[in-house]
Amino acid sequence: MLLTPEDLQALWLTVRLASTVTVILLLLGTPLAWWLARSKAWWKGPVGAVVALPLVLPPSVLGFYLLLTMGPNGAVGQLMQALGIGMLPFTFWGLVVASVVYSMPFMVQPLQTAFEAIGERPLEVAATLRASPLDAFFTVAVPLARSGFLTAGILTFAHTVGEFGVVLMIGGNIPGVSRVASVQIYDHVEAMEYNDAHRLAAVMLVFSFLVLLALYARRPKIGKGA
Amino acid sequence: MAGIQARFHINWPGFTLDVDLDLPAHGVTALFGHSGSGKTTLLRCIAGLERAPHGRLVVNGELWQDDTHWVPPHKRPLGYVFQEASLFPHLTVLGNLRYGMRRVVGAQRINLDAAIELLGIGPLLDRKPDHLSGGERQRVSIARALALSPRILLMDEPLAALDLHRKQEILPYLERLHSELDIPVLYVSHAPDEVARLADHIVALEGGRALACGPLVDTLSRLDLPIRLGEDTCVVLDATVAERDAAWHLARVAFPGGSLWVRDGGHPLGHAVRVRILARDVSIALHRVADTSILNCLPALVDQLAPDDHPALMLLRLKLGASPLIARLTQRSAAELRLAPGDKVWVQIKAVALVG
Repeated sequence: MLLTPEDLQALWLTVRLASTVTVILLLLGTPLAWWLARSKAWWKGPVGAVVALPLVLPPSVLGFYLLLTMGPNGAVGQLMQALGIGMLPFTFWGLVVASVVYSMPFMVQPLQTAFEAIGERPLEVAATLRASPLDAFFTVAVPLARSGFLTAGILTFAHTVGEFGVVLMIGGNIPGVSRVASVQIYDHVEAMEYNDAHRLAAVMLVFSFLVLLALYARRPKIGKGA
Repeated sequence: MAGIQARFHINWPGFTLDVDLDLPAHGVTALFGHSGSGKTTLLRCIAGLERAPHGRLVVNGELWQDDTHWVPPHKRPLGYVFQEASLFPHLTVLGNLRYGMRRVVGAQRINLDAAIELLGIGPLLDRKPDHLSGGERQRVSIARALALSPRILLMDEPLAALDLHRKQEILPYLERLHSELDIPVLYVSHAPDEVARLADHIVALEGGRALACGPLVDTLSRLDLPIRLGEDTCVVLDATVAERDAAWHLARVAFPGGSLWVRDGGHPLGHAVRVRILARDVSIALHRVADTSILNCLPALVDQLAPDDHPALMLLRLKLGASPLIARLTQRSAAELRLAPGDKVWVQIKAVALVG
């Protein structure tokens, strides 16, 4: 076996985390992107900026604030305690919440662009064909934004796989709970286990390349509006 | 109460719409005007795609909009044809046709089949919109609207995005609609020839106001209305084929007040046709002219004189029995012939176009 059981555990955790985050962001990000694409409200600008913040903030800054908010004295932390759910930091779900915030722009921005590209007309056509706004969203907007959904999904998944700083701040380094692949590589290096680090790093490298290849190989089609 | 009662008031920066119309329950009503006249906005208000802040809309006795009441567009039993065909690219032709039909309670398969037949799109059903010509796309979008069994059909310049060849391809289908549909059709257009061919009624719009509203034949022949048809100032007459002259390939069409020889369009005797006579093709003589190449010389009564756009020209309205006719003359000719209302004259009509 090339990879140690700990490596496999870290990879599996990474995949689980990225999948969970992608599904949650699909549910949260779609309505948000739809609203950003179509609203004329003045606070659309500020909301868009907040969504984009993780693009420019150092992950450790984001992780620090999230830790404070979800910690025992933070607003979210106190709410969670009041609800009897327990604390989020240093748990899998704490990682999920942090990753959702961190990967938000990678879901919202491609979707917003795709929704904007559809324009008003197909939805007006749907309305004159008796489709309610919700009906038109699922039967016209979603199919027409299909390539936007694919791009957003792939980017979100890949970006979550690649995170490190936020994980370290929120999740720490607990095997099976919060020790994802990027942290595991860091551990290997810290322990001077360069061969182990190499193997896991190579897996990550190949994975990242394949994801980007999938994305860029599809690019010409996106231009055709297919 | 049948028909459409539409009152809208919009005051946007740089655009106003202020209309109060009572449109007939049958036939094709053309909303005619130049771009910016408000004709498309009026149509969008009727469809509910635009919401006029002040308005009242009653269609076939159903209240669709007033100050407290608003029926959203997807609950209005209408069909809408956009200027660009706007087919859903992710669906086949049949998928497009069925999209709306599936959502109409009580829609009948028979309407879909009839619409496919009427627009001649049977061979296209499995294709994607990408693989259709512009004319085919527009025919599919008309069929898609008809498959809904709408109570009213709204068409926003369905031919404007097409080249002349494609227009000629679609016009016969629109004429079939005209003769076979028993629902009111509102047809937005800025093209006088389309209006002359298809409309029974006309609403002439300019600057967001209705300048004129009434039956096409009467409204086109009103000289007091500044409907800027310009070079295309014309009348249309509804006639029937009364005689066919096979030797010369001509047909005589009769209308209330006379008859005209036209090129034989192949219509059988008794067939209803519509002819259009441009004002510039009509000349006036005080006596019957003997040796002339012009086939159609008819006695007429001078009814009204009015100035035209250019100071050298004037428009003359005549009566051919019960039917109106407009001639465009120079002011000088009118003065030399001393034309005045009530005069008996002969009209020579150089060209008569069979338009439907």
